[in-house]
Amino acid sequence: MTTETIPISKANLSPIRRFLRWFFVRARGDSPFKTILIHAVLIMASIIAVYPVLRVVTISLRPNDTLLTTDLRIIPQNATLDNYKEVLFGAPDKNRKSDFFLWIWNSISVVTVTSIVSMILAAVSAYAFSRFKFPGRSAGLVFLLTTQMIPAGMLLLPLFIMLAQLKMINTSLGLIIAYSVSSVPLTIWTLKGYYDTIPVDLEEAALIDGASRYTTFTKIILPLSTPALAIAFLFSFMGGWSEYLVARVVLQRNDTFTWPLGIFTYAQQFTVSWGQFSAASVLIAIPVMILFLYSSKWLISGLTLGSVKG
Amino acid sequence: MENESKPRRFLPYLYWIGGLSVLYFLLNYLMSPFASGVTLNPKIMEARLGEIGAFLGSILIGLGVIEVYFYQIFFRQPRNRATNLITRGLQAILGALAILTVLSFFEKTDLFRLGNDFVGNFVRSPLTGFGYLQQSLASAGVAKNNAAPVAALILAIVTGIAYFAIHLMSATRFSRLGLAYLLIIPALLGILFLIIYPFLFEIKLAFSNASLGTQATKNAQYGLNFGWNNLAALFTGSVAKDAKFLDVFLRTVLWTAINVTFHVTGGMVLALLLHRPMKLQGFYRTLLIFPWAIPTTIAAMALRNEFDSRYGLFNILLTDLNGWLALVSQGTVNFPVLGNTFSWLAANIGPVSWKQDPFWAFVSILISNIWLGIPFMSVIILGGLQSISQEYYEAAEIDGATKWQQFRNITLPLLRPVLTPAIILGVVWTFNKFDVIYLITQGGPQEKTDILVSSMYKAAFSFYRYGFTAMFALVIFVILLVFTLIYLRASGGLKSATE
Repeated sequence: MTTETIPISKANLSPIRRFLRWFFVRARGDSPFKTILIHAVLIMASIIAVYPVLRVVTISLRPNDTLLTTDLRIIPQNATLDNYKEVLFGAPDKNRKSDFFLWIWNSISVVTVTSIVSMILAAVSAYAFSRFKFPGRSAGLVFLLTTQMIPAGMLLLPLFIMLAQLKMINTSLGLIIAYSVSSVPLTIWTLKGYYDTIPVDLEEAALIDGASRYTTFTKIILPLSTPALAIAFLFSFMGGWSEYLVARVVLQRNDTFTWPLGIFTYAQQFTVSWGQFSAASVLIAIPVMILFLYSSKWLISGLTLGSVKG
Repeated sequence: MENESKPRRFLPYLYWIGGLSVLYFLLNYLMSPFASGVTLNPKIMEARLGEIGAFLGSILIGLGVIEVYFYQIFFRQPRNRATNLITRGLQAILGALAILTVLSFFEKTDLFRLGNDFVGNFVRSPLTGFGYLQQSLASAGVAKNNAAPVAALILAIVTGIAYFAIHLMSATRFSRLGLAYLLIIPALLGILFLIIYPFLFEIKLAFSNASLGTQATKNAQYGLNFGWNNLAALFTGSVAKDAKFLDVFLRTVLWTAINVTFHVTGGMVLALLLHRPMKLQGFYRTLLIFPWAIPTTIAAMALRNEFDSRYGLFNILLTDLNGWLALVSQGTVNFPVLGNTFSWLAANIGPVSWKQDPFWAFVSILISNIWLGIPFMSVIILGGLQSISQEYYEAAEIDGATKWQQFRNITLPLLRPVLTPAIILGVVWTFNKFDVIYLITQGGPQEKTDILVSSMYKAAFSFYRYGFTAMFALVIFVILLVFTLIYLRASGGLKSATE
């Protein structure tokens, strides 16, 4: 009904006017100047956020003889994919093998196992913290938070000595053990916050109908908290995925390296091969970033889960 | 769901198995032409999978044994006096064996040392017994190469038989809270062994002279005087190579304060801008999250590259700016004030030696860490903003409140439940976060960009001063604990969250 009262129909507008109309239409109350200013600030911030990442792509595309240049173009001159080829498949002519897949495999196997183990531990005990009022409950919760005050670097030394005495240095199992519990306390907190938002009535109804606690947990709580579980998994996966400092201490042999240690070797050779470093980085970062950006909406809701209601 | 047929219910798993195996063979096929240049091969993968499977299996069996033990304590009741005696006796023996095993594990990892006397031998008896079992298995030729898993399996079976006996001799009992304890036991055990135990070990180490010279804990001596020496060395001597504790501490405080301030203000500005309804909102949000999405190791290494004195982005831009300023100052040479200003600027703004100058090196790690940290904070604050009802603002607008008053009196107080934990955790994390420092400057030049934790890391793993490092770690822990307690008291505490 409103379209009839508007004297100029959409078709009569020039494309620019139409764009402006589309652009400003939702920002009611703000002057056009203010809207443009806000967009300018956001565009600046976006460029600052994205440009260093794009530079990595640029460097990875440069041919090896023009790695060192003050050129700022995003697609360099004579762009090639040679760096990618060498990173992925090695350089048989130079008798150099590629460790890239080995590193990725090491990382994946370590991080998947640790995330799954810590997720299961956290999911189960968060349920106890959320639904039972047992003696020692709030003390336990505060204690979990206190463990976060312990610097990660602090436990590294005793863990290192412990692993050395159990002869687990330089093995992936050693790294799995070092990682596995570190994310549990915070995950318990997040999941407990989420379980708290699920009404107890649901479970009580099921319990009255004769369901066991196990059934209510697996059939009611777990399905309802899939988003929180996914977030918790993602967080502990991301945490371990790009971890460098612990891995550097536990793993010292080339064939056990996870990828952060691996790509660091590109920077440590006599001739720093930034091209290959960047190519490897792009190959690793792209899937992770896609996953991350795809799930960012969940992440946002998950981060504020426990805190907003408190 | 319940009336689904059995094969149907297992269909998703079959799909998963099928999908994964197709993926595996496809990758294998695609990789085969390049296999000569790649070190990863199926043999390595199989070995790793076996290793992990054995690890997970032993954890599962171990946890199962522990869980059943506590299940029987909470949920089973002996039928009569005779069975009471037997079940409790069996449980006591099993418990004692478990405690002795844990104690001998502690001894094996050098938490404490027992002599070769009666007590020591008694504590070690479960492990010695296990060793005998292994030996006899090996000599009997049952399992020559892997006697340990077979012996463990035998033990598990024996324990299972004991549990079954207890089960037969007892009746069900109701326990209101038993399940809660059963549920937290796995996580509790993990935390006890991998957080608390190392923590105690650290305290022990702090009162020792352990170092590379003593082969870590092997020949280390323990005593209060060693702890005192470590403490004195920490405050009077050098922390890593030649940096002093106080300098590093002040730098850490500066590092934390600047980082958290910029994270919170930057995050707040971005969140407020993103929160208003407008076009392209999702687009901006996606782009602004980039520094958080990219793995830290990669981001730090890439930024280190950009701080190169000649080919790094920052110095290229600064050189361009310098050239431009020089051009302007030449053009405005006839206007005294303007010309002087620009020639002064041209003389003072230019490329910087990010790697050699301690001040600029510190600035470089600050820039990197701020860049990395802002998206996280803005995402958290955005989440908080979205939970504030729009009605407050409408009411305030009717009352004629300005935008600033609205921000001050509505937004900030209502953001508090989000901001308080975010700031506490932000401070603690930044205080402890040194991967950026380690990857970009490695604490250089001359340890002028080290913070406490990175000095500690160096003292342990570059200078091998283990006892000293442990004392150092304890001091850092105490500093953080004091900060948190003060902050919690000032901000009203966490009472609401734990209830």
